[in-house]
Amino acid sequence: MTVAKRTFDAVIVGAGGAGLRAALQLSEAGLKTAVLTKVFPTRSHTVAAQGGVAASLGNSTEDNWHWHMYDTVKGSDWLGDQDAIEFMCRKANEVVVELEHYGMPFDRTDNGKIYQRPFGGHSQNYGQSPVSRSCAAADRTGHAMLHALYQRNVRANTQFFVEWIALDLIRDQDGDVVGVTALELETGEVSIFHAKATIFATGGAGRIFHSSTNAFINTGDGVGMAARAGIPLEDMEFWQFHPTGVAGAGVLITEGVRGEGGILRNAAGERFMERYAPNLKDLASRDVVSRSMVTEINEGRGCGPDKDHVLLDITHLSPETIMKRLPGIREISIQFAGVDPIKAPIPVVPTCHYQMGGIPTNYKGQVVVPKDGEPNAPVVGFYAAGECACASVHGANRLGTNSLLDLLVFGKSAGESVVEDIQSGNLSLKPLPADAADASLARISRLENQTGGESVAEVGNAMRRTMQKHAGVFRFNTLLKEGVTAILDVAERSKRTEIKDKSKVWNTARMEALELDNLIEVAKATMVSAEARKESRGAHVRDDAPDTAEFPNGRNDNEWLKHTLWYREGNRLDYKPVTMKPLSHDVEPIALAKRTY
Amino acid sequence: MSKRTVHFKMYRYDPDRDEKPYMQDISVELEESDKKLLDALVRLKAKDDSLSFRRSCREGVCGSDAMNINGKNGLACLTDIDTLAQPVVLRPLPGLPVIRDLIVDMTQFFKQYHSIKPYLVNNTPPPDRERLQSPEEREELNGLYECILCACCSTSCPSFWWNPDKFVGPAGLLAAYRFLADTRDEATTERLDNLEDPYRLFRCHSIMNCVDVCPKSLNPTRAIGKIKDMMVSRAV
Repeated sequence: MTVAKRTFDAVIVGAGGAGLRAALQLSEAGLKTAVLTKVFPTRSHTVAAQGGVAASLGNSTEDNWHWHMYDTVKGSDWLGDQDAIEFMCRKANEVVVELEHYGMPFDRTDNGKIYQRPFGGHSQNYGQSPVSRSCAAADRTGHAMLHALYQRNVRANTQFFVEWIALDLIRDQDGDVVGVTALELETGEVSIFHAKATIFATGGAGRIFHSSTNAFINTGDGVGMAARAGIPLEDMEFWQFHPTGVAGAGVLITEGVRGEGGILRNAAGERFMERYAPNLKDLASRDVVSRSMVTEINEGRGCGPDKDHVLLDITHLSPETIMKRLPGIREISIQFAGVDPIKAPIPVVPTCHYQMGGIPTNYKGQVVVPKDGEPNAPVVGFYAAGECACASVHGANRLGTNSLLDLLVFGKSAGESVVEDIQSGNLSLKPLPADAADASLARISRLENQTGGESVAEVGNAMRRTMQKHAGVFRFNTLLKEGVTAILDVAERSKRTEIKDKSKVWNTARMEALELDNLIEVAKATMVSAEARKESRGAHVRDDAPDTAEFPNGRNDNEWLKHTLWYREGNRLDYKPVTMKPLSHDVEPIALAKRTY
Repeated sequence: MSKRTVHFKMYRYDPDRDEKPYMQDISVELEESDKKLLDALVRLKAKDDSLSFRRSCREGVCGSDAMNINGKNGLACLTDIDTLAQPVVLRPLPGLPVIRDLIVDMTQFFKQYHSIKPYLVNNTPPPDRERLQSPEEREELNGLYECILCACCSTSCPSFWWNPDKFVGPAGLLAAYRFLADTRDEATTERLDNLEDPYRLFRCHSIMNCVDVCPKSLNPTRAIGKIKDMMVSRAV
């Protein structure tokens, strides 16, 4: 197979929020940039975000970045890096106002400012009372944001390669990143994108679980490519289970529903969150709410004939409020739950939603790995932002609305870093290694010639069932141990997947097989990292690390206040310290404390 | 609940293999949890991995899985499988070149979208904070900004079928009005000039197929009418 070569200053993989925000920086700086995306940009999963983007604009209630930073550190169960968190919270107003200037149709307050609503875990005055910090466009914030960012890129003449799937990262003999290989879906041809800088903005991998709010395309492509290229993956044991996925369908119901006054009820009609989080109640952090719901269900207070879900009730809100602030949710409820939330509560269940871990980066969006005793040494030419990256701002649990903020802030900062590194001459076009495309071609040729293997659907189902059973909302020592063996077995099976479709043109069977390679890396990293972390923290809660006086909430800071690093080679774990020191002297480190809402 | 079987008449075409397109009789057994047409397609694909279609969010916000379902354009992920007459006849969106099976080449569709300059134009230096807009002014954008670019509307429009290179089509015109209606946008004159043409805007004959098929219940015909009103009022 001949491999065409294309040369750019920078290549961005992914055209969701983070990729588009980074692309703007590069296009506006006049760099020759290629944005590769396996779906048309507005089909990216950012489109499905609903409730809002966090910024302490203070349009409805008093607010400031210090409070936002505190909430984020506490939400992360102190696993987030405080330098990156300070950076993100301080940048929030700037990036949100920029979006407004780009044309994003935010809802408005009576005095014409951006409308803001309360959201889980966000508070005034260090946990005292809920704050309206989530900047929203009805319950379609992600859609409005993604379209506004795409539109701005149309204005900036960004060059897109639409329906191209990136295959592998190319590193040279120094370990520097010099581009990626990619496959054009329409022709089946493989090309090399040779560049001074490569930015990954490929999103999450929520499709490793059976029950997921995520789109089909969320297959962890960037994370898998990084792992195969020897980059460790950080904190992959931490997955967010969103409290309110539609029972059975998995489709997301925004936390903004509770922000607007929605209440979770058990079979007795009780507002059970009052027992678990007396202060913030239904607006406690997502991990806390999800566990409370599962506890209600496990203790027999679930709803429905199988007592397998709880109810999200907004029937007490006026139909006008629902139509105005939550129109998309009403459509989704009618479509996927068969209920009109104006008249009846919505059946909901915790559902896999967000990958807190990912490719390790610093707050500048540079990918960092341990090297010669330095835990965070930048990889030359490699940057990442958004859900595929781990900056780490979300630590062990992400707050709602911080994901859209993350992709804006770090998409922009990764873009700025690339512009700076190229314009200052720090980055040059290094020669491609002779074997640049070999790994990718071998994967394609394996699929071309494989016989007697299992189908991608079968192996994928085995992976999703394994993850769901062994690494869910609550985790159990025995199940985790068995889970490691089980997922490694599935990984072996994935090496022999067979596709029947051998066409060159728009071969989705081949695409799904290549995506499964990426998902499998994520699944292995998740299970192995989770089994090893012998404490409970944020979204990772295990039966053998209960709440005790010595270890409040089961968290063990003496041994486990550290980031996990999983290496694909040898299925090996390493650890690195959490950055407890903020970026500036404007704020004191947020001291360790027990997390209660 | 007993297992349900769904029968399809499916448009198939792989340029690598087939001389010409054909309709394939194909059926699949559904699980109880399968509610939407997309669920059935995913199940079909597990049986025959060569069946090709686009899909992503499976909740009607990304616009990937638009297709012609029993003669009417719609999204597979929002179409209840049990209410469809069988055999379910599935074809790619009409009026665009077919690449393979249910996948069409959307170049022309996006070219028209891009032609209306789908971005806010405001050359006044922005304030430090957000530009102000009253809730009433913002309300004008409702029913416009929610478009998901699925192309159900434009590919159901006879005017777009005949002149896809000259008529902007309902999706593009809805986007054009979205910016004309935005109080923050300063390019009203240029936008109207850009549409002042026998084809670009005026090929819309209010057939309203676009309104009938829009999976987001938007009304491009009304938006087009408003652009025509703006044309008239600036002419007098």
